[in-house]
Amino acid sequence: MNKMSNSLKTGEHWLASPTTRVLAALIIVFVLGLVFNADGAFFKWGTHRDMLRAVSVYGILACGMTLVIISGGIDLSVGSILALTAVCFSLFTIHYQTAVIVAVVLCLMISSLCGIMSGAIIARFKIQPFISTLAMMVFARGLAKWVSGGQKISTAVQQADGTYQYVEVPGVFNFINSKLLGDNITVVTVIFLICIVISYIILTKLRYGRYLYAIGGNEEAARLSGVPIMKSKLLAYGLSGLFCGVAGICQAAQELQGDPEAGISYELSAIAMVVIGGTSLQGGRGNMWLTLIGVLTIGYLEKILSINAIGEDKRLMLTGAIIIAAVLLQKTKK
Amino acid sequence: MTPQNFNNNKPLLRMCGIGKQFTSTLVLDDVQFELRAGEVHILAGENGAGKSTLMKILAGVYTAYTGQIELDGTPARFNSIHDAASAGIAIIHQELSLVPTMTVDENIFLGRELSKGPWLTKKQMQQKAKTLLAGVGLDIAVSKKVGDYSLGIQQMVEICKALAFESKIIVMDEPTSALTDVEVQRLFAIIDKLKKEGRGIVYITHKMEEIYRIADRITVLRDGRYIGTAPAAQLGQTELIKWMVGRELSSQFPRHQANPRQTVLKVRDFSVPDQAGKPFPVVDKVSFELRAGEILGVAGLGGSGNSELLNGLFGTYGSRVSGTITLQDKAYYPTGPGEGIKAGLALLTNDRKATGLILGMNIVENTTLAALKKYAPFGWLRPAREFESARQKGQSVHLKAASLTMPVDALSGGNQQKVAIAKWVDTNPAILLLDEPTRGVDVGAKHEIYELMNQWTAQGLAIMLISSEMPELLAMSDRIIVMHRGKITAEFTADDATQEKILRAAMGNTDEPYEQGSSHH
Ligand SMILES: Nc1ncnc2c1ncn2[C@@H]1O[C@H](COP(=O)(O)OP(=O)(O)OP(=O)(O)O)[C@@H](O)[C@H]1O
Ligand SMILES: [Mg+2]
Repeated sequence: MNKMSNSLKTGEHWLASPTTRVLAALIIVFVLGLVFNADGAFFKWGTHRDMLRAVSVYGILACGMTLVIISGGIDLSVGSILALTAVCFSLFTIHYQTAVIVAVVLCLMISSLCGIMSGAIIARFKIQPFISTLAMMVFARGLAKWVSGGQKISTAVQQADGTYQYVEVPGVFNFINSKLLGDNITVVTVIFLICIVISYIILTKLRYGRYLYAIGGNEEAARLSGVPIMKSKLLAYGLSGLFCGVAGICQAAQELQGDPEAGISYELSAIAMVVIGGTSLQGGRGNMWLTLIGVLTIGYLEKILSINAIGEDKRLMLTGAIIIAAVLLQKTKK
Repeated sequence: MTPQNFNNNKPLLRMCGIGKQFTSTLVLDDVQFELRAGEVHILAGENGAGKSTLMKILAGVYTAYTGQIELDGTPARFNSIHDAASAGIAIIHQELSLVPTMTVDENIFLGRELSKGPWLTKKQMQQKAKTLLAGVGLDIAVSKKVGDYSLGIQQMVEICKALAFESKIIVMDEPTSALTDVEVQRLFAIIDKLKKEGRGIVYITHKMEEIYRIADRITVLRDGRYIGTAPAAQLGQTELIKWMVGRELSSQFPRHQANPRQTVLKVRDFSVPDQAGKPFPVVDKVSFELRAGEILGVAGLGGSGNSELLNGLFGTYGSRVSGTITLQDKAYYPTGPGEGIKAGLALLTNDRKATGLILGMNIVENTTLAALKKYAPFGWLRPAREFESARQKGQSVHLKAASLTMPVDALSGGNQQKVAIAKWVDTNPAILLLDEPTRGVDVGAKHEIYELMNQWTAQGLAIMLISSEMPELLAMSDRIIVMHRGKITAEFTADDATQEKILRAAMGNTDEPYEQGSSHH
């Protein structure tokens, strides 16, 4: 008994903890940046700010993805839902001049609904998350194309006589693209950080967060302990949808248009970020800090490759290799 | 307590000065162990003593350790499970290691498939699997998935897996924890045969009667240290317990005087429909009553439906059950585990790994999972409260753990069971449904669990108890109902229940036809 009560710490050495190891991947990438600094470009603050800006939309998707993966599932529909919301948001703000707040709320409702639908199918009919979100991925993409008529929704609005007329860029687009704190951080990055904090709170501070871990760890044992499986899954996929909505709005603002083809293969980037962070695809393990580190690792990697003007071909090959290297780094030997 | 000298027979296996460390805790410290051909050597000790760890070192599961292993007098060091298997060591792991989605024969030959050139010889494997299963008295379809079978059958399959290859040394780590009496008899017959063939058997168990039925020699570990080795004939039970626990225990089954009070549960015509296409309902129109402060034993062989009865009442099968239930003077109909918990039920399942615990989560999180609402006003968790409560509950079940924030899969089997019990204590139930509560739990801890049951009934809790350990069921129950093919075939009071009577009723033979619900008022 005394053995138990006198120690609150985990028996693990801090060097062996998952966080340290994931951090190691980030540090290695960072050091690479210091070495291959492209004539000092890596030392400029602007480079880091741009990296953060570029990675934010993916990062927002990765937040929802973390919740879903921890619950033992996966969400392949994030890219499509992003495109759907980007299209809707552009339609509302550019074509219909809807009030910003109304447009935002409507878009987030649409995207959450998509997520909730996937969750409901998974929880109610016991269909595998891979399949049901794959279906949602296809469905939402189709919906985005239908809503937009297959066109990019931009500020070049087609008139009745077939000519295009440019309308003004909606204020909200400019706001999302603006920089804060003396040009040091973009609004999109701030939104991303808020999403991280929200997910962190859900996972560590809320009862439902604990339920997600329990379900991912052992669904049957969780069910027999009275964990509400249905509600928890709806929450996880609903939140993933919500984050897709947020990412879609940001994407629309950054591109100044709603592109029904946007977000293709974003789900893979988001999954890669979560996995590099060390969150297990089997569910039950992982946390938000790890995802944040994973997002930054990929972000820096891309940035370093691009400031060194490495072509896309080599960039993709290197990224693939680094994903494996990072995941290997986390493996423990028994 | 020094090890005895037995130089009359050259040992098959000798392990010397074995030490093993997990991160910072020393789990084995200078342990020795010896096994001769043709002997059953019991490895005994409390939960967490290091028995499984020692055997996992032998089986090549853990490769980082100190000390020497000698096989047939020559030093050996195994770098993988495969290494050890090729050297003739087979192990039946304490926690089943079967793949539920693969068929029986695929599981038996997993990793060592029989083949001709690149082609698997499926027919031959199925045939051999059938023979092996027949050898343990099991007649099941080998082409069905292992997950479709009950835990008892799965355990027999696990045993066959170890017998499939003519190993010199067979380690059985609590092989009977999910077996019924009849199956245990068969296993013992097999062990006898293996002994005669000159193989060495290491047998780990917490069941006293088993030890004295099959042991040739006994080695005891305590807290990772070697205590001693002695021939079973020279080591009496009291002495053995003293070696294991470090002190003497008053009595093995301390059931206090029963004090039944008002009826808390009234069940009429309760049925659970067939689950996996069995021809009859697994629980068939069962009626009984349960009083506050009493322990009702539910006996039955494998497939009798006793476990399903408990699960059905709790809500494991949702509302796919029928019957009239009155729980604490209120009508109750099972709809799901959450509702069952709210109504005051708690179910300790019989398989802590699959359905009892979230192995990757830590002790605190597991302990508070079923009553998490208590610790989360408005949905916000209060970690300090959780920790304090888990500490108290852990203490009340005498949990031994290095830290409360370690994941439960790093605990020994018995301590895992205690975490599962602590979880249900935390929900403050009125009725505890205990399905094998002492599975894999050491003598000392069993004693503590019995004391806990006494304490709970004294406080007015009602308990329904399933146990495949007949002495335990007989000693701890105030009344026993016996089930056979989903029906109650007999009911006994503690005084007139005997092992023979229960077994007879469990096999469906009753002297007088039993009328459900009428013998108790
Ligand atoms: N992977 C691990 N990491 C840390 N500690 C471990 C690990 N595996 C086992 N232990 C610890 O080693 C000790 C011995 O465990 P072991 O499983 O060998 O006990 P045991 O004698 O088999 O007990 P039981 O009868 O309950 O099965 C326990 O205190 C356990 O907590
Ligand atoms: Mg063990």
